[in-house]
Amino acid sequence: MADNKHFLNDKPEKLTYARVWEKFDNWARANSLWVVAYGTGCGSIEIPPMVTSRFDAERFGVNMVGTPRQADVLIISGYLAVKTLKRVIRVYEQMQSPKYVVALGACPINGGMYFDSYNTINLLDKYLPVDVWLTGCMPRPEAILSAFADLMKRIKEGRADGWKKYIDNLGEYRKNQEKIIKNWKMPNYNW
Amino acid sequence: MFNKILFALIAAIVALAYGLFLGGLSRKIMARLHGRKGPTVFQNFIDVWKLFRKRTAISHGVMFYLAPTFRFLGGVGTFLLVPIVFDSPYLSNFSFGGDLIVLIYFMVFGCLGMALGASESGHPHSAIAVTRGLSQMAGYELPFLIAVIGIAFANHTITFQGIIQAQQGGILHWNLFQYPFLSIAALISMLGMYMSYPFAVVMAPQEIAVGPPTEFSSEFLSFMFSGRSIFAVAKYLVFMNLLLGGATNLLEAFIKTFILFLWPLFITGVFPRFRLEQSVRFFWTYPVLIGLIDFIGIFITRS
Repeated sequence: MADNKHFLNDKPEKLTYARVWEKFDNWARANSLWVVAYGTGCGSIEIPPMVTSRFDAERFGVNMVGTPRQADVLIISGYLAVKTLKRVIRVYEQMQSPKYVVALGACPINGGMYFDSYNTINLLDKYLPVDVWLTGCMPRPEAILSAFADLMKRIKEGRADGWKKYIDNLGEYRKNQEKIIKNWKMPNYNW
Repeated sequence: MFNKILFALIAAIVALAYGLFLGGLSRKIMARLHGRKGPTVFQNFIDVWKLFRKRTAISHGVMFYLAPTFRFLGGVGTFLLVPIVFDSPYLSNFSFGGDLIVLIYFMVFGCLGMALGASESGHPHSAIAVTRGLSQMAGYELPFLIAVIGIAFANHTITFQGIIQAQQGGILHWNLFQYPFLSIAALISMLGMYMSYPFAVVMAPQEIAVGPPTEFSSEFLSFMFSGRSIFAVAKYLVFMNLLLGGATNLLEAFIKTFILFLWPLFITGVFPRFRLEQSVRFFWTYPVLIGLIDFIGIFITRS
């Protein structure tokens, strides 16, 4: 990534008042991740075991919510059809910042077994900024929990800033989205 | 007066913390019932802070902004009317002559403000949930009113101080044992107020997302969350004063409210959900009929 102006420097920074405040905020964000309950592909079948008794994601503060307005995390679970991509963009833009995207499985990374399909996308990062990738077909709930642990670590370090990238490079993302979604009948930004 | 305001403010902050703690504890207990480990008991504090620090970019008009304020003020206002400790110069909040009547009005204030705001957000789920919420409110208000009016009539007073005064002098003087049928009606209507599980059709997860606040995010939701926590504590205090003889010190208040907190929680843990017409029909038959036994008895003996 050429654009890394939002990343933290490696050398330790001076602890200012604002910095401590931000650290505390990030800690709260990391420990209270609300996931919008929207499954885009086959991988969403792995989410119910993750949140129910066996794997219990709630012990990490991970909760499922039914509305994008209140959600922090969008899970792209498996292959993403172009038709679904349009809805995913709407959902993502309705979520309030800071927001994070977790891409599940091989399909959002390189197309997976649908790499030559006419109606699925091959690389999600061209259309939405992805914070955590998780490969596998399909990743089991343990793997999804490890992805969440990874996301929490990145949020605490202040490095999960895909939403800033999306705002800064909205033109680029929009160009890519409009290239693949032929009947683009949406407002400029889906509030 | 200044001291009184100061103590009321401190009490409201403590009530907020206590309410959030109880919310976290209920999540923990529910998780244990499911056989899960569950979040920490302080999870609700983290959630409220995170929501408070989230950015927001949504507007649906003035009422949309006012709804969380109404919800919050409904909670704080109810709390400020209810005495916490009986006969204490500082911890009896702003109870005054006739506060019981004001309280009955004030307890629905937050819900009505919420209904207006949620309707303005224009989301279909909000509209469905508001309809359900107001209908169910009409359901549980009836047994609650029978209980409150019955107790007020039996004790010849419409103030909290008078009702607590009448219950002093031993556990058997409590209204819970003096008027058991009225108490059953009040405790069943309490389940409706807390939207605990047989009557959870308003929020109805898995069905209409999260109910009325579907369109609310960030600080708005944070305000609603904290308002709901204070309101929950205020309602525990109301039921403590009405049925469990009030409290003569702070520790007693904590223990009694904690016992009242467990009642809807354990009902929630074991029941499925009523449909709306089922729950309203339930409220208008069983608790009303049970409450009327004592109500008529009081009228016959006292008049």
